[in-house]
Amino acid sequence: MEISSLEESRREAIFQARVDAEEKIEPKDWMPEAYRKNLIRQISQHGHSEVVGQLPEGNWITRAPTLRRKAVLLAKVQDEAGHGLYLYSATETLGIAREELMEQLLTGKAKYASIFNYPTLSWADVGAIGWLVDGAAIVNQISLCRTSYGPYARAMVRICKEESFHMRQGYEIMTVLARGSQEQKAMAQDALNRWWWPTLMMFGPHDADSAHSGSSMKWKIKRQSNDELRQKFVDQSVAQAQHLNLKIPDEKLKWNDERGHYDFGEIDWDEFTAVLGGAGPCNHERLEARRIAHEQGDWVRDAMFAHAEKQRQRDVRKTA
Amino acid sequence: MKNSVTCAPQSWHFEYVLRLGDNALILGQRISEWCGHSPFVEEDVAMANTALDHIGRARMLLTHAGNLQGNKQTEDDLAYSRNEREFKNFLLCELPIGDFAYTIVRQVLLDTYHFHLYAALQKSSDDTLAAIAAKVVKESTYHLRHSSEWLIRLGDGTEESQRRAQLALDNQWRFTSEFFLADEVDDVAHQAGVGVDVSLLEKLWRDNVNDILSAACLLRPEDAPLRASGRMGLHTEHMGFLLAEMQSVQRAYPGLDW
Ligand SMILES: [Fe+2]
Ligand SMILES: [Fe+2]
Repeated sequence: MEISSLEESRREAIFQARVDAEEKIEPKDWMPEAYRKNLIRQISQHGHSEVVGQLPEGNWITRAPTLRRKAVLLAKVQDEAGHGLYLYSATETLGIAREELMEQLLTGKAKYASIFNYPTLSWADVGAIGWLVDGAAIVNQISLCRTSYGPYARAMVRICKEESFHMRQGYEIMTVLARGSQEQKAMAQDALNRWWWPTLMMFGPHDADSAHSGSSMKWKIKRQSNDELRQKFVDQSVAQAQHLNLKIPDEKLKWNDERGHYDFGEIDWDEFTAVLGGAGPCNHERLEARRIAHEQGDWVRDAMFAHAEKQRQRDVRKTA
Repeated sequence: MKNSVTCAPQSWHFEYVLRLGDNALILGQRISEWCGHSPFVEEDVAMANTALDHIGRARMLLTHAGNLQGNKQTEDDLAYSRNEREFKNFLLCELPIGDFAYTIVRQVLLDTYHFHLYAALQKSSDDTLAAIAAKVVKESTYHLRHSSEWLIRLGDGTEESQRRAQLALDNQWRFTSEFFLADEVDDVAHQAGVGVDVSLLEKLWRDNVNDILSAACLLRPEDAPLRASGRMGLHTEHMGFLLAEMQSVQRAYPGLDW
């Protein structure tokens, strides 16, 4: 007993030293159980966000107003599904099977980004999502390219390459609308009004209230705090909104010379908690869509396994 | 059996390319409905990718059709401003997606058709069409591999999957008769070296589909004539809803840039 706990703390010290030295931790390396659990939670949540994230924009693929926009949106949504796959594979390296990941999503045990619990009500929402939601994701993901777990860091590098195209296509949609007819401009402003605050919520609670932040920072799973990342996003977005001639819906938004950053208003944390807890406008619809997709896939997966088994037996007979 | 369409000089060429473009557009529109709703995430990627290929070829073909008309209409004019009776796609393209077996069966029937069609169109005397065909035939090769592998898994999988695949085949087979009803447009296009020989295409298609169906342990349904034709602009009742959805933004705010 004594010896094994000594051994355990020796291993933890070596592990922490490697993390501190910016060495990447790989799947076969020893790691504290809490590190593994923390990673499974974070990476799978990230993967689920990519997969559920197909739905709000997917809602507009069939109605995209030009064929070029339709093609670009299809390419983007395809990327998001691909990101989901990279991240599921990264999670699987930690010893959890895909079926279990799906189960955790569908039972609500695992979360996904709450932003996707808001509805896409006009074409401008597709623009706003690309500009703001992918923009916020990039801020977060660039930081995660330096995360301590090798497979996660490498997935982030691949994903970041594709994300800049997502943000660009969204901003381009907003640009056309903002310079278009009165109706189009109003559509763009309405989308900004509705997506701005939920986007700021994507960065999570204030650092002081963040349940997982302490150990995540120590283990370098997270590299920058929620508030730092949120500030970075606000700072970059203000000029972009000005360029569009659209107004960010925050009366308190103001440049602070002393801090060298924009000050901004307080997030409605009641809304944050409510949406996280399931009361958002589309929580039910998003999970239901994924549940139906998964359940309707049951017979397809059964067929796939049955066919593979038949093939295997035929091969055995051939070689026998 | 021949449908009679009287063609003004050169309008056969526009019509020939337009039909190809409409097939690609309407099929791509349908496949895109799977995004985010497929049986598993790998298929979400594949469906989006396939839909994207079809929308991509629709853009090239409709732009080319517009050029043949003397640039009277852009790809978006053709996609968003025409009414139901003016679309010339095969009826099979516009049917609702159904379950996974239904979609896979439709893909096999159409991917096989497209593979042989575009392989032949690479030799078209219309250089633009030949160049488009060279790109499309590569995509169709990949699409057909994907859909036929799935059909074999479903047909030679469980009792349930076989039942679904056979049902989907029985329900959709009658729509394939439309593929090979050559009309005046096809004849003139073929004579001009722009289009393909439909009877040759039919033979290649039948042989290929027969092979896939027998590998998938599925029974080929009896041929049945169908007294409706998408190429005449006589659609199923599903088409109006598909267009209402696809064209909704353009119809609500006409004449704007997006
Ligand atoms: Fe993504
Ligand atoms: Fe993205």
